[in-house]
Amino acid sequence: MPVNLTINGVSHSIDADPDTPLLWVLRDELNMTGTKFGCGIAQCGACTVHLDGMPIRSCQTFLSDLDGASITTIEGVDGKAAEAVRAAWQELDVPQCGYCQSGQIMAATALLSETPKPSDDDIDAAMDGNVCRCATYARIRAAIHLAAEKMEG
Amino acid sequence: MLHHLMKPIANAAPSRRSFLKLSAGAAGGLLIGLRLPGASGAAMAAEGELAQPFVHIRADNTVTVIVKHLDKGQGAATGLATLVADELDATHEQVRVEFAPADAERYKNLFFGVQGTGGSTAIANSFQQYRTAGATAKAMLVAAAAKAWGVPAAEIAVSKGELSHASGRKASFGEMAGLAAAESLPESPRLKTPEEWVFIGKSFPRLDTKMKTVGAPGVYGIDHKAENMLVAVVAHPPKFGAKPKTVDAAAAREVPGVVDVLTLPAGVAVLADKTWPAIRARELLEITWDETEAETRGSEEMLAELQAMAARPGLKAHVHGDAEAGLAGAATVIEAEYSFPFLAHAPMEPLDVTILFDGGTAEFWTGSQLQTVDQNVAAAVLGITPDKVAINTLWAGGSFGRRAQPDSHPIDEAAHIAKAWAGAGNTPRPIKVVWTREDDIKGGYYRPMVAHKVRAGIDAEGNITGWQHRVASKSILIGSPFEAFLVKDGVDETTAEGITDMTYAAGAIDVEVHNAQTAVPVLWWRSVGHTHTAYVVETMIDRLAKAAGKDPVAFREGLLKDDPRKLGVLRLAAEKAGWNDPLPEGRHRGVAVHKSFNTYVAEVAEISFRDDGTVKVEKVTCAVDCGVPVNPDNIRAQMEGGIGYGLGAILRNEITMTDGEVDQSNFDAYLPLRISDMPQIEVHVVPSTEAPTGAGEPGTPPIGPAVANAIAAAKGEWITALPLSKQGLA
Repeated sequence: MPVNLTINGVSHSIDADPDTPLLWVLRDELNMTGTKFGCGIAQCGACTVHLDGMPIRSCQTFLSDLDGASITTIEGVDGKAAEAVRAAWQELDVPQCGYCQSGQIMAATALLSETPKPSDDDIDAAMDGNVCRCATYARIRAAIHLAAEKMEG
Repeated sequence: MLHHLMKPIANAAPSRRSFLKLSAGAAGGLLIGLRLPGASGAAMAAEGELAQPFVHIRADNTVTVIVKHLDKGQGAATGLATLVADELDATHEQVRVEFAPADAERYKNLFFGVQGTGGSTAIANSFQQYRTAGATAKAMLVAAAAKAWGVPAAEIAVSKGELSHASGRKASFGEMAGLAAAESLPESPRLKTPEEWVFIGKSFPRLDTKMKTVGAPGVYGIDHKAENMLVAVVAHPPKFGAKPKTVDAAAAREVPGVVDVLTLPAGVAVLADKTWPAIRARELLEITWDETEAETRGSEEMLAELQAMAARPGLKAHVHGDAEAGLAGAATVIEAEYSFPFLAHAPMEPLDVTILFDGGTAEFWTGSQLQTVDQNVAAAVLGITPDKVAINTLWAGGSFGRRAQPDSHPIDEAAHIAKAWAGAGNTPRPIKVVWTREDDIKGGYYRPMVAHKVRAGIDAEGNITGWQHRVASKSILIGSPFEAFLVKDGVDETTAEGITDMTYAAGAIDVEVHNAQTAVPVLWWRSVGHTHTAYVVETMIDRLAKAAGKDPVAFREGLLKDDPRKLGVLRLAAEKAGWNDPLPEGRHRGVAVHKSFNTYVAEVAEISFRDDGTVKVEKVTCAVDCGVPVNPDNIRAQMEGGIGYGLGAILRNEITMTDGEVDQSNFDAYLPLRISDMPQIEVHVVPSTEAPTGAGEPGTPPIGPAVANAIAAAKGEWITALPLSKQGLA
C-alpha cells in the first residue's frame, strides 16, 4: 500500500518496500540526492532531515512509519534560521569535501530554531552526532555563532 | 602521497617517456597499457568563445577554469582557479570550474607524468602552468581588443574582468572572447610579479561552497543518475585474499527490484533497480569462500611479527656516518619501541563508481584520483584500449588517500561487473557500484600497521651523537605500478620518509626497513609514512631534550640551525602559543615540528585531562610554511582539517583483525572525531616567496607527537602504542 507523506511541502505517494529507509526513498524514489548516505546506522548524521521540524536520521527512519508525516530536506529547508546558517556557512567557507554538510546544516538549523543563542556546550550537544571527516568542526562552531548573530541582527 | 613520484619524473623530459617508465613498472598482475589514452580535450569552442585547454571564456562573460585535479575537499579547484583568475584579472564572480576529461597528454600532473592527484602536489605542479594559462588568455583578449579598437596593445588595461583604453573604449571578456579566439597564441606571455597579484596570497573564496550548502544535485559520484541505471553492491570476502567458491543467490534473487547476481573474481555483485533492494538482497546471499590465499592471522599476531622484524637488522634505507660508534660514545642513550595500528581512511562519501560499457567503449562517472591508471585498469579488464575509456571526474566526498589506488580496484570491480553483465548477453545499462560504510571500514587499503625500534644518543652537551632506527611494515608500493620508481633495493621510500630526511643534525644516522607480507591491502593515508615517522621522531626528540635537561623548543632550536624554514615555523608556533608563558592549572603543552611534502609545519598542543582521565586537546597553535601561500584561507582550512584528521586517529582509531576478519565495521566501532573532540585551532601562515608546496597533508603529522609530548609533560611518560584509547587516555 502506498505511503502518503509531505516532503518540502509537496505531497507524495510512495509505493515501495515499507522497510525502505527514508534516506533511500529520498535519494532513489524521488531523486533528491542532497540528503547523504554516510553510515546507514544513525552514527554519522549525513542523512539528517527534519520530521515536523525535529532533526532525525533518515537512514533509520522507515517508510512504513511515515504515513502522514511532514519531512523537510536540505533542498527545501528555509526560514530565518536556515537562511542565517547558509549565509554563515558561505561567509566562513565551512565545507571542504562538503559531503556531510547537508546534515550539518539541517542539525544546525534545528538547533538555532530551538536555541537562538547557543553556547559551545549547546553546540556540542546538538552537533556531536554529525561527523565531518574533513574535521571542519572549528568552522562549523564559528558559523553557528555567526548565524546566531545574524538572526539577532 | 604521490609526491614520491616527483623525483624520478620531474627530470624525465617528455611526459610520454615518464608514462612508459611507469607502465614498465606494472606488476602484481596489473596490465598497464603502453598507450596514452587519446585526447578528448577541452570543450569545442562555439562561436564567440575562447576555448583553451585550461581556460574557457564564453560569450556570457563567464570564465571556466578546467581543473585537472580531483577536488576531494582540499580546495584544488578553487586553488587552480585562483591562479588563472589572478593572471587573467578576472573577477571572482565570473569564474567557474569544471573537471578535465581523462587525457594524460594534456592534463597530466607535471610531477607524476600521468593524470592524477596526490602528494599535496596540485598547486605545486600547476603554479606556472595555470598562471601561464591565465596570462595567455589575457594576452589574446588584449591583442583582439587592440585590433578591434585600432590602438597599441600596450595601451590596453585589464582589471576586474574588463578591458579598457584611455580613449574610453571598454569591453568585457565575453564580448572580446570570439575575436580573441582568432589571435595566435603568445609565445611567452608575461606573468605578473608578486606585487601585482590581486588574489594570490590574498583572498579568493571557494567556488564550491554554495552548491555544498543547498544539497545541489549531481555533485558527487554517488549522486550520479542516468536513465535505466542499475545499482550494484558487492559481497566482498570476509578475509583478505579469499575468493568466492560457491554462491547460492536464490533468496537474494527473490527480493523485489533485484535484477541479477553476478559472481566476480573477488566477490559477488547484486544488481538491482535501486540501492536499497541491492543492500537487502546482499544480506541474503549464501557464499562459501576459498581461503587458500587469504590472510587468516589476527592483528596481534601480525604486530608480533612486525616487532620481531624490527628487532633484527633490515634493509638499509639511509646511512650517514657511524651510528653504532656514535651511540657507543653517547652520554645518554634512549631506546624505544613503538607500534601503530592499521587505519581506515573512512571518507564520508563511501566509494562508488558508475560505468556504462557498450562492448567497445566504456564511460565512468566517479571521483577519479588517478585517471590515467583508472583508464588503463578498465581497458585491461574490458579488453579495449585506454583511449576507449572516458572518465567523468566528479567532486569527491573526501579521500585522504583512499581514492588513489595504484590498482584502481573500484574501477576494476565495476569493469568486471559490466563485463559480466555484457557477457550474459544483456543490453548495456549504466551500473552504479556503491560501497556501504561496512564495505569501506572492512575493505582494506589501510594505513599499514607499523612497528618501530629506535635508539638515539646524546653527548653531555645535548648534541645527538647517533640515531639508529628500524621500521617494519608492509610496503605500500611493492607490487604496484609505482614500484619501479619508488622502491630501490627493496626499500619503499614511503616506509621511512620523515626519518631518512631528518635534519636534527644527527651526527650519525642509520635507518633500516623490513617489508612484511600480508594479504591485507595497504595504501597511503593522509601524509603516508609521516603518519608514524613524525610521531616517533618528534617524541624521541622530546625524550632526548628531557634527558639533556633542556626545554623542548630550545633543544630543537639548537638542532635546527641549518634548517631555517623548520626553525622558522617552530619559533612562530612557540611564540604565538605563548610557549614560555605559565599555563593555567591543569593545562599541559607539547610541541612538534615536521616537514612533509616540502611543507614545514609546527604545532603546539595544549591539553587537559577530563575527570575520567581522558585527554582533552584544548587548543592547537599551528605555523605553516608552504612557500607562496596561494590561497591563505584554504591553507588555514587544510591545517585545521589535517589536525582534526590526525587527532581523530591517535585518539581512538584502529582496525584490528581476529583470525583474518576485521573486527570493526562502521562508525559505532571505528569512532570518528566529533565536534566535542575538536580543539580550538589557530593557524599562522608564513609569508614567503619560495615556490608553493602543498597543504593537504602536512598539517596531519605533527599533531600526534605534539599531543603525546603534552601528555608526557603531564605524566612523565611517552605513549608508544597508539591509539590513546588503548591506554585509557581517550
